[in-house]
Amino acid sequence: MLNFQPVSEAGETDQVLKRFRWIKMRRVIRGTSWTPVAILVLFLICGVFGNYIEPHDPMKTNLSAAKSPPFWQKGGSTKYFLGTDGFGRDILSRIIRGAGISLQVGFAVVVFAGALGGMIALLSGYLGGWVDAVLMRITDMFLSMPYLMIAIALTAVLGPSKHNIIIIMAILGWAGYARVLRGEVLRIKGSDFIKLAIVARAGKVRIMLRHIFPNIVNTLVVLATLQLGIVIIMESSLSFLGLGVPPPEPAWGSMVADGRVMMFSAWWVSTWPGIGILLVVLSCNLLGDWLRLRLDPKFRQL
Amino acid sequence: MSEILLEARDLTKYFPVTKGLIFSKQIGAIKAVDGISFTINRGETFGLVGESGCGKTTTSRLILLLEEITSGTLLFEGTDISQLARTEFERYRASVQAVFQDPYSSLSPRMKVGKIIAEPIVINDELNPKEIRERVASLLEVVGLRKDADVLYPHEFSGGQRQRIAIARALAPDPRLIILDEPVSALDVSIRAQIMNLLRDIQIKMHTTFLLIAHDLAVVKHMSNRIGVMYLGKLVEVAESEELHSYPVHPYTQALLSAALPSHPDIARKMIILPGEVPSPLNPPAGCRFHPRCFKTTAICSQQIPPLKEIGPNHLVACHVDS
Amino acid sequence: MTMISNDNILEVHDLKTYFYTSRGVVKAVDGVSFALKKGETLGLVGESGCGKSITCFSVIRLVPRPAGRIVAGRVLLEGEDLMTKSDKEMNRIRGRRITMILQDPMMSLNPLFTIGEQIAEPIRIHQKLGKLEVWEKVKEMLRLVHIPSPEVRMREYPHQMSGGMRQRISGAMTLSCQPAILIADEPTTALDVTIQAQFLSLLKEIQQQANLSMIVVTHDFGIVARICDRVAVMYAGKIVESAATRELFNNPVHPYTIALLNSLPRMEVKVDRLYSIEGQPPELHALPPGCSFSARCPQVKEGCLKDYPPQKEITQGHFANCWLQS
Repeated sequence: MLNFQPVSEAGETDQVLKRFRWIKMRRVIRGTSWTPVAILVLFLICGVFGNYIEPHDPMKTNLSAAKSPPFWQKGGSTKYFLGTDGFGRDILSRIIRGAGISLQVGFAVVVFAGALGGMIALLSGYLGGWVDAVLMRITDMFLSMPYLMIAIALTAVLGPSKHNIIIIMAILGWAGYARVLRGEVLRIKGSDFIKLAIVARAGKVRIMLRHIFPNIVNTLVVLATLQLGIVIIMESSLSFLGLGVPPPEPAWGSMVADGRVMMFSAWWVSTWPGIGILLVVLSCNLLGDWLRLRLDPKFRQL
Repeated sequence: MSEILLEARDLTKYFPVTKGLIFSKQIGAIKAVDGISFTINRGETFGLVGESGCGKTTTSRLILLLEEITSGTLLFEGTDISQLARTEFERYRASVQAVFQDPYSSLSPRMKVGKIIAEPIVINDELNPKEIRERVASLLEVVGLRKDADVLYPHEFSGGQRQRIAIARALAPDPRLIILDEPVSALDVSIRAQIMNLLRDIQIKMHTTFLLIAHDLAVVKHMSNRIGVMYLGKLVEVAESEELHSYPVHPYTQALLSAALPSHPDIARKMIILPGEVPSPLNPPAGCRFHPRCFKTTAICSQQIPPLKEIGPNHLVACHVDS
Repeated sequence: MTMISNDNILEVHDLKTYFYTSRGVVKAVDGVSFALKKGETLGLVGESGCGKSITCFSVIRLVPRPAGRIVAGRVLLEGEDLMTKSDKEMNRIRGRRITMILQDPMMSLNPLFTIGEQIAEPIRIHQKLGKLEVWEKVKEMLRLVHIPSPEVRMREYPHQMSGGMRQRISGAMTLSCQPAILIADEPTTALDVTIQAQFLSLLKEIQQQANLSMIVVTHDFGIVARICDRVAVMYAGKIVESAATRELFNNPVHPYTIALLNSLPRMEVKVDRLYSIEGQPPELHALPPGCSFSARCPQVKEGCLKDYPPQKEITQGHFANCWLQS
């Protein structure tokens, strides 16, 4: 094929290339902010392996031990570590199981909404013209809807269940992704490498998937992390109002609702799940912010 | 095989300027390229020079089919490219590649270098993965990079190295014509010579034709066989490189060459300072586009557009006042 | 460069500016010394990363903190050491006695204010003039930089002007307080060829009128050939060679200077292949011991890898740091 003496004036060395990658990896590890990650990993473990680590069956009632306080208070015991609720169910086990529920719902919504929003952003931004106009008007419509109110209304109509709230929140959530990511797509579309991909005979689909999409993944991940927190709060709010995951499944929101009437006699019933929601959502936000800084376009290295 | 690889006849590109949000009306047009005709011969380097707004970049975009031609024809190997069937269109794309100015935005940041270089051939040509890998490896060698660079990402390379990768990609489908749009102006001075030598070697060994667009007159002179000078969408002079520099005829060419920076303090060029600025391509002057700033202007210059005509062997000028 | 002479308006002695980054200490400016005579134009030439721009920012003490710090050196402006001045005193000196034009005219101008306002600002800060006198001065400055119809232009905004005009307005802003020294950092890189010629002629004209001393930072030897009296070549944070312009072009001595001059395509001479320097400019946080150019030098000897070569006077006013000259 091509057989003539190559010009060798570039002059880079083997070792330099290898060292460069290792140094970069070390810096990534050292620079990570570990607290929110730790909390979220804990959340993940509870969610995935909950069945194996919960000390008791979260649904099993034990009326003789109802409303026992956490172990360090008088009347409490290490058997029911964080206390029990009005039906004598172990709070700790219910929190662990509840983590699983929030996790399922949260991830499902974020994945569906993100995928849908990303796809619409790609089509809208890259194809332009009337496709863009139509899709953006639809996006505007969805963006202008009052999220919580519509969620409540739809859940009330369709009936509370885990599946329903996932679908409803995904449908309401994709528009935010679409709008932001479309901006990214437009920016990338003007780059030289897209023009050169066209010159290299790449078709529209190939350009959208192999050139544009990998460059918006960063923003998508940041948005997803931030939205996870929002979804968990939404799900908790819906459950609190009785419209979310129905009992006896221990969604954190429902647990808070259950404990509402006994706030002064048995504070632990509402407080523990409340703290759980707080920590997870806060960690999501912190992680999202940190990711946004790390993945700043100036550096563009994941 | 004919000598002429690419021919442009009255090539024109107007960008419409519209007003109104919902029912937009055209109120004018930016005459970016306004009826230019030139030929590029097989195996040569044709340089296109001019300042901002002259239309040289738009011309390259037209040849690359990144913009639609408003009017005029573009013939590649004798065939009108607006009349190409689907398969011939693919072949045209493979035959005409490009290297752009900015090495930092020319390469997809999230694609491995090997994939970037293979892209032009992975899509349409029938090569199996092994053949593709071999070709990428030999291309990397041709441009002076290590074969194992194909697993790295663009950000791990310097500007000069990235430009080499861009050149390797342009070479992948074995093109007849490569458009070089300011290939070295974004690079450090000491790297420019490396890349210019590389391009020269490639041209000698592979008989590739280059269309070189640059604003640095010394770079253009060094690399080109023939040079075309553009001003405000029109070609004002075309000649062989040496001829253009020794006997520039069009007043704009003379001014341009006199304004070029010397390579030695003792070279004192009598600088022709042009008054005013380049007018907007929205509203170019009537007649000869250059006449408001021209030091040789006469009455006819503001009335009639001068045609590009041959005044010597291979030397064309568009001026009413040529000798 | 030997200095301490009375007609030096600016003397820089052993200036060192380091940047403290997560990758290590970047010695952006590593022992730079030069002098500028009154009315003279000095060119600082080098490629990207050689430290020429940071040198100028260090002279006027605009190094970005806390990452960057001037760790050593003296900068004598008409005998006064700028390194000992307080921030308040430096504010009075910057813009008044030393001013700077930057490469990208769009960045130097505020898009929200008219250009008349922007030229008036330094006048108002540094001079005590009445309102009408300020506007008269603005018009005078615009005429100085050959901007036609200044009364009209004064009320326009930067986006309504071309690149060449914006650069001239930058010039008007800096010259309004009659500075002693003008530093121009790549002033014509973003301009077209003919506009560049206009602007350089303008600079020369102003310099003659006002007896201005100039430092021009550039990577283009053509600019040096056209407007500089003396030139200093920088590489990896140090000045490797300096001389009067004609002397440098006729008799370059440092291998980097020679290689750089040879690698430029020239309009007057036709060559087949250009001379090219192997390799890449070095990483500033991991400089090898000895001469920083040794990795790419075609005439490298063993001694070059051990210690940095001291400065040697080749002929009158022509200095170089190279072991080949010992």
